[in-house]
Amino acid sequence: MIVLGSACLILALVAALYAVVAALAGARGDRRWADSSRRAVYALAGLLTLAVVIVEAAFLRSDFSFRLVADHSSTTTPTGYKLTAMWSSQGGSLLLWAWVLSLASSAVLFATRGRHREIVPWATAVMMGVGAFFCGLMLFAGPEADPFARLDPAPAEGAGLMPLLRHPAMAMHPPMLYSGYVFFTIPFAFAIGALITRRLDASWIRSTRRFALIAWTFLTIGIVLGARWSYSELGWGGYWAWDPVENASLMPWLVGTAFLHSIMVQERRGMLKVWNVSLIVAAFSLALLGTFLVRSGILDSIHAFGASTVGPPILVLIGCVVLGSVVLIVSRLDDLRPERRLDSAFSREAIFLVNNLLLVGLGAVIFWGTFFPLVSEAITGTRSSVGPPFFNRLATPLAIAAVLFTGIGPLIAWRQMSWRSAWAIVRWPLAVAAVVTVALIAFTDARGEPFALTLFAFAAFALSALVQEFAKGVAARRALAGGSVPGALAAIVSRNRRRYGGYLVHVGIAVLLIGVAGSTSFQTSRDLFLSPGESATVGDYEVTYVEPTQSVSGSEERLTLGAVLDVRRDGEHFTTLRPTRNYYSSRNADPASPVRGFFEGEATSEVGRTDGLGEDFWTAVQPDLTRFDPVIERVDERLAAIGERVEGGDPAAQAQVAALQGAAIRGVANRYADDPPPANFRVNVNPLVTWIWIGWMIALIGALIALWPSAGARGRVREMYAARLARELSRA
Amino acid sequence: MAVFVTVPLRRPARSDEGAENPRVAELEARKEAKYREIRDAEMDREAGKLTDEEWTRVDRELRREAIALLKQLDRVRGGE
Amino acid sequence: MDPDRKRKIRLGVALGTAVLLAAALVYTSFSASTEAKQPSDLLSASADGTYDLTGKVVADSVRRTDDGLRFEIEDRDGSASLPVAYTGAVPDPFREGREVIVTGEMQDGTFVAERDSLVTKCPSKFSDEAEQDPEHVIIDE
Repeated sequence: MIVLGSACLILALVAALYAVVAALAGARGDRRWADSSRRAVYALAGLLTLAVVIVEAAFLRSDFSFRLVADHSSTTTPTGYKLTAMWSSQGGSLLLWAWVLSLASSAVLFATRGRHREIVPWATAVMMGVGAFFCGLMLFAGPEADPFARLDPAPAEGAGLMPLLRHPAMAMHPPMLYSGYVFFTIPFAFAIGALITRRLDASWIRSTRRFALIAWTFLTIGIVLGARWSYSELGWGGYWAWDPVENASLMPWLVGTAFLHSIMVQERRGMLKVWNVSLIVAAFSLALLGTFLVRSGILDSIHAFGASTVGPPILVLIGCVVLGSVVLIVSRLDDLRPERRLDSAFSREAIFLVNNLLLVGLGAVIFWGTFFPLVSEAITGTRSSVGPPFFNRLATPLAIAAVLFTGIGPLIAWRQMSWRSAWAIVRWPLAVAAVVTVALIAFTDARGEPFALTLFAFAAFALSALVQEFAKGVAARRALAGGSVPGALAAIVSRNRRRYGGYLVHVGIAVLLIGVAGSTSFQTSRDLFLSPGESATVGDYEVTYVEPTQSVSGSEERLTLGAVLDVRRDGEHFTTLRPTRNYYSSRNADPASPVRGFFEGEATSEVGRTDGLGEDFWTAVQPDLTRFDPVIERVDERLAAIGERVEGGDPAAQAQVAALQGAAIRGVANRYADDPPPANFRVNVNPLVTWIWIGWMIALIGALIALWPSAGARGRVREMYAARLARELSRA
Repeated sequence: MAVFVTVPLRRPARSDEGAENPRVAELEARKEAKYREIRDAEMDREAGKLTDEEWTRVDRELRREAIALLKQLDRVRGGE
Repeated sequence: MDPDRKRKIRLGVALGTAVLLAAALVYTSFSASTEAKQPSDLLSASADGTYDLTGKVVADSVRRTDDGLRFEIEDRDGSASLPVAYTGAVPDPFREGREVIVTGEMQDGTFVAERDSLVTKCPSKFSDEAEQDPEHVIIDE
């Protein structure tokens, strides 16, 4: 199977390179070469699909002759996580990248067959150039990067999946992010094709905007899944830490969001051409950078899986992409002249320009902050970093402004708008925002938090403006065609999917940011050190540490120490929570102190939590094991002594050592339960976090509506207008 | 695989069968955007973002532009 | 004013604003960033501002208080030490004698650390790796 897989990869590289060459030949005018290159792309998709199937089959069969499988799975790994273990490895994630790229390229080439005769061959060459690059990485960047690296002899058991990654959100987070990154390749490739052929009208955008929206949707899913994982699995109680890899996914999201808005201006008004090609180049470069950061280890991060061999080549690719694109754009500046000027500073296109500057500005701030350690090291010689306070201080005002624009944008008409109409349309949203603000000041703690208060006021404005948009659309529809309110709503949405889908995304983002503002400004967080039976008060809640819990998995692979917490609110029982901390045996533990290594190796927190629309009650436990230090040391010394005596690898003796180690771990667990030491608890009351996930869902539904193909409706409308225009034509 | 990929190469070279002229593609994209603009203007009027006078002016202009596009399309297609 | 001149002025204003904003960003980041120091550095100079304090946890210095931990950090060569007040999550590998990094500022002779800022450097099991790459740290969330 390994041989077959490697053969697939080699053939894939050949297919990708052939596609590049054939596409370039096709670009000189011979359609046959262009058709052949398209078929080579389909072939690449087939080959890589086969490669993915082979890898997944190896995971399912626990075939440890695959180095990939031995390093990231084991016979005891649950089946679901066997399937998702592929992308926790470097080789597997490169394969995923190339595979998704081949599928997306096939899709776009299938959709544009017979169209864009000049652009498509160049775009194919770009897409397959990137594809060949990733195939080449897998084949030539060392065994870490090769999904089909062989282990000979194959070990009897694998290392298992990294404990932190055993979580449903984490299983889907990497492929979503990667798919988001990959899909930006498509509009990028077409932009390059359009630049080379000087076909810089909106037709390349028309053919690829859907792919940009798909990229955006995948990134949105991936980013929030990561946040959710962090919230439920890491013991510090937050969903966002401004970690370099988190930032790396947010930057292309911001730039992609700007792109999705500004291409509308080019489609309709023929403006912002330089800006649009620059944005998609930036989005694609940032997507590559995201891939690079995860895999390079250049910045300290919980995601950086150690230094690796694929970092430098990706960096070179980013350099080529940026440099080549800039040269290309500068050489085509004459063709990128706007077709007309801005009619009015008070129009939707002007608002889009401002929102673009905000989003790109925010992206630039995050970029600077993320790479500041490298900059400061280059300038001052010492590596210093900017922490979350830096990001929060700069991102907060920009995010607040962005919320305002999610409401203003949809309200303003294209081209121009009179002040009279503007007043008529902002009247109600302004009134709602004013009422909400007064209510917040009068009845809540928001008065002490000016930033949060401003954000809530802006969000109230935006949400009521968006509701008004839907309401007016429904009213107009019912005036025209009658029918019920839901019927009319369904009708207007299905007839204008991009418009109303987009508005729904705005609703979702506004709701999400309400959750972010609420949970960051009004969080109550306390660290408690409690013995069983002791209580403490956190906010309106009283927490009692009832008793410790412990369990050890079958072959002492995992030890779980936890606590039963009784939570009372206003004197009444509120809930019982069971936060735990899991410790895992690790293959790379120091042989001189195996038991100590067990407790200081990989550990994960299972958060004990009740979610509510108002607030989440969130707890994590960290047992204090200092009392067991002497015991652990004694056992480790004894094990080391035995280990020395049985050196040479007598399997029976080794099994005995393992059994002793297991007994020691069980011993610690039993003592922990019988005579429990006090434990550290982190108890958070996190307001409004649930609205982050709700806003996310709303935004995703909106994005899906905007993506949904609407062939029927569009055809009807097109005919209608054509007929009407024809009438006017005959009069003209 | 090689057979599948090279099928088109073994065809005789044909000139532009049923392929889209890039100029047509550009005009089609513009036409679609123009239709969308017309529709947006109508919805903006319904939503009260444009007064009736504003809409009449914008709509007339958009339609004039759309007709110009249609004429161009006819010319380009007729010239093929 | 002729439109060409107007456009140039507008471009100039836009570029100027962009440069000003970029300068502000650079300034804020340098003033918000934290430098890495050892205890002796902080003892010898008047130390205002926020620093990353690195060093070894002094043996027998760890005390638990109501709201967190108190311990001392000494230079790697053991020459000078500084008391630290810390609140927040304590990484599993935190032990006396281990190398740690903690972010905070000096207040009346005590280094008051920011919540959750404690990072414990590679324990022995990664010692080989740590020698090859001193920057490599395990961040335990």
